[in-house]
Amino acid sequence: MEFGLVELSRLQFAMTAMYHFLFVPLTLGLSIIVAIMETVYVMTGRPIWRQMTKFWGTLFGINFVLGVATGITMEFQFGMNWSYYSHYVGDIFGAPLAIEGLMAFFMEATFVGLFFFGWDKLSKVAHLVVAWLVAIGSNFSALWILIANGWMQHPVGAEFNPDTMRMEMTNFFEVVFNEVAQAKFVHTVSAGYVTAAVFVLGVSSWYLLKGRHTELARRSIAIASAFGLAAALSVVVLGDESGYSASHTQKMKLAAIEGMWETQDAPASFTLVGIPDSDARETHYAIHIPYVMGLIGTRSLTQEIPGIDKLVAEANERIHSGITAYDALMTIREQRDATPASVRATFEENSENLGFALLLKRYVDDPRQATEEQIAMAADDTVPGVGPLFWAFRIMVGLGFSFIAVMLYFFYRASFRGMRFPRWALRLGVVIIPAPWIAAELGWFVAEFGRQPWTVDGVLPTALSASNLSITDLLITLAGFVIFYTVLFIVEMGLMLKYIKKGPYMDVEETDSWMERHAHRLRTHDGKGPFAAEPAE
Amino acid sequence: MILHEFMTFEVLRVIWWLLLGVLLIGFALTDGFDMGVGALLPFVGKTDKERRVVINTIGPVWEGNQVWFILGGGAIFAAWPPLYAVSFSGFYLAMFLVLAALILRPVGFKYRSKRDSAKWRTTWDWALFVGGAVPALVFGVAVGNVLQGVPFYLTPDMLMPMYEGNAIMKLLGLLNPFALLAGVVSLSMLLMHGAAWLGLKTEGFIQQRAQKIGTVAGIVAAVAYALAGLWLAMGIDGYQILGEVVKDGPSNPLYSEVSKGGSWMAAYAARPWIVIAPIMGFVGIGMAVMGLRKGKEVSTLLWSKLGITGIISSVGLTMFPFILPSTVDPNSSLTVWDSSSSHLTLFVMLLCAIIFVPLILAYTAWVYKVLWGKVTEEDLDNNAQSY
Repeated sequence: MEFGLVELSRLQFAMTAMYHFLFVPLTLGLSIIVAIMETVYVMTGRPIWRQMTKFWGTLFGINFVLGVATGITMEFQFGMNWSYYSHYVGDIFGAPLAIEGLMAFFMEATFVGLFFFGWDKLSKVAHLVVAWLVAIGSNFSALWILIANGWMQHPVGAEFNPDTMRMEMTNFFEVVFNEVAQAKFVHTVSAGYVTAAVFVLGVSSWYLLKGRHTELARRSIAIASAFGLAAALSVVVLGDESGYSASHTQKMKLAAIEGMWETQDAPASFTLVGIPDSDARETHYAIHIPYVMGLIGTRSLTQEIPGIDKLVAEANERIHSGITAYDALMTIREQRDATPASVRATFEENSENLGFALLLKRYVDDPRQATEEQIAMAADDTVPGVGPLFWAFRIMVGLGFSFIAVMLYFFYRASFRGMRFPRWALRLGVVIIPAPWIAAELGWFVAEFGRQPWTVDGVLPTALSASNLSITDLLITLAGFVIFYTVLFIVEMGLMLKYIKKGPYMDVEETDSWMERHAHRLRTHDGKGPFAAEPAE
Repeated sequence: MILHEFMTFEVLRVIWWLLLGVLLIGFALTDGFDMGVGALLPFVGKTDKERRVVINTIGPVWEGNQVWFILGGGAIFAAWPPLYAVSFSGFYLAMFLVLAALILRPVGFKYRSKRDSAKWRTTWDWALFVGGAVPALVFGVAVGNVLQGVPFYLTPDMLMPMYEGNAIMKLLGLLNPFALLAGVVSLSMLLMHGAAWLGLKTEGFIQQRAQKIGTVAGIVAAVAYALAGLWLAMGIDGYQILGEVVKDGPSNPLYSEVSKGGSWMAAYAARPWIVIAPIMGFVGIGMAVMGLRKGKEVSTLLWSKLGITGIISSVGLTMFPFILPSTVDPNSSLTVWDSSSSHLTLFVMLLCAIIFVPLILAYTAWVYKVLWGKVTEEDLDNNAQSY
């Protein structure tokens, strides 16, 4: 296997996946925010809420289409670029992807057309149901995708079949109720809700600063901040849940995120900041907070969290056991039904470490021929890049907490201060629009870069998973994706900005005249503007 | 988890082979007219208004239709992992072309009308043309190659899929004469289907132009399909499994011995009833062509659907039990009996399909019912959210 090929394949996958995830979080959250707005419209009958539904719905549509389009790439790339992976784990991994299509994607895509085209063709309530079906469909999509991804992080409910030379499912429920998948699902969709809330809040803040569409903007902030506050809390709580599950499912990832080279006595301290050094195998200038890591990771004061050095030693042992499994497997493959029971037993005993033997394929064709030196190198390979993980994680968490603060403040102003906001807060609202995207991309980086050197943790190394393509193949498609995706991104951003600048353009007269007629009973019509009185002004 | 033992592995494999066909046909029948309409767009709509009418006939439904394709990909991954692994990586650059075209299409639908500039809109019109015509052609080319077998093999030690040839040469190798003929079949058949759809959803000039082009496309499709059949009978080798066929063994293609030679048409001697598929193909297309000429609407679309169903099924039934034969190492060929998922996975997925496919059909039918009726220029003015 050429080294360059795997690296290029990874680059392409990372690029297309992260690009895809520019659109997904907004789809997840905005679909629900729009559905909430329409619910208010149907319950109160106030046209302003229909206008809001249509306006945010338009932006949702521009974003949704690229989410769908770039999602096709994701579905196909496993087969195109990761064919051995697809063969090796398709029996388990393919199922949630197909169920996603059957159960969720079909629903969301079928009804999204009716959402835009059905305003005059459906009753109010039927249209509202359609809006919710789109939102539910989007979120169920995320569930099944994360079940698939969760299995890559923590492969449960499956075992290796020597006859077919692949992993096969043994228990579907274990795959579905994988603790990693469940925690990741809520964490990810909550992050999507925060993204959409920040987006709605930011765009509305901009309108208020410009003095435009203030009625729409104030109500949008009210919805976005309440929804965003709940979501921001949920992101952090479920992020913590992910950390807890990683302490027993992906110990190496956790240790790398912490830059924790040596095993500390329980309870371990949390390294707030520091400079991890992979060569010296220590983290310089570290500032520790005692007990915190032990509490997050194990929820106890007595359990130990293993450091990187200890885990590398464990990997070394597992590689030896994996070689034994590989040897038995080759005998089974040759002799098939005639294989002695003792060989089968040896295989069964060591089969959970088979993947570790495959790590050696990078250095030697037949893992049985590997030298101790090569085994030590393969064991070292099990450590992902500590520095990038360490920092990506800390920036993500910092942003996560800042969203709670922002949402809390806006929620307070919207709920208890007459939907009036100080200008500095509105400016902040505009400035932080990109932040949730940064946090989400960093989150995926931590999850997937932290999974290296595996595509499926402990089961299949990344180096072995790629398709047998030529470098030229990869260069052509990589260049194609870069050009194509860049153009689409520019077009998308152009349209987004155009429609944000344009503002709500549907049902304008009807809404305005209704607002005038009912001014006496609207909270935003108490004679005061949308700005909080600022002492300095 | 022992429930799955109640259905034999063999039965499950056949069911999933059928479901694979159902998904591909579902895709061709729904997304097929989207592709046809896209490819027809520059020719049936002369003014911007006309083109918008054409686009809005599929505007509300293309997203749902496209899911048939995505679901097809997902189902192949889940139920036939070796097929997914070998074909998607083997047809690498061709798949990339399809991907690019399929990404261009939704974006074109959604973004075209979002700016007024004529240049912007013309650009997207051609993007939609490419997004419709390229996949329609490539899918046929792919089927043409599958019938001839493709140059892949599985390594004996690890079952790693390998594909012979290099980047561009691999792509050019796919564009051989028989495959191109198959591409003509699929392109013209979907053009006819798109025309039948426009016949139903539009009126006036657009309708007339569509029906005219559709008539020609239908005739081309029938002739090309007949020629491809002749060619398959005379000039292309079939494949057979040698020795005893194990239908419930492990999914390891290398466990069975396969030889190349003889004719695919032997299937019609062994299972004469499958002749119904090509008959459906010809009758469906013939009736659709007549309908297009006479200006019939609903029945034409239904005949067109029947014709497409016949043509696609005829390929699957002729090849059964082969799914993807290998030219360089026939033993690596993928068949229904040795390239499926495990017994349990097939069973679980079948349960999901039993629950969700009827639901999907029901709500899709409801959506089409809500949207029933012609799309006119007035409709566009009345809905600010139309494309």
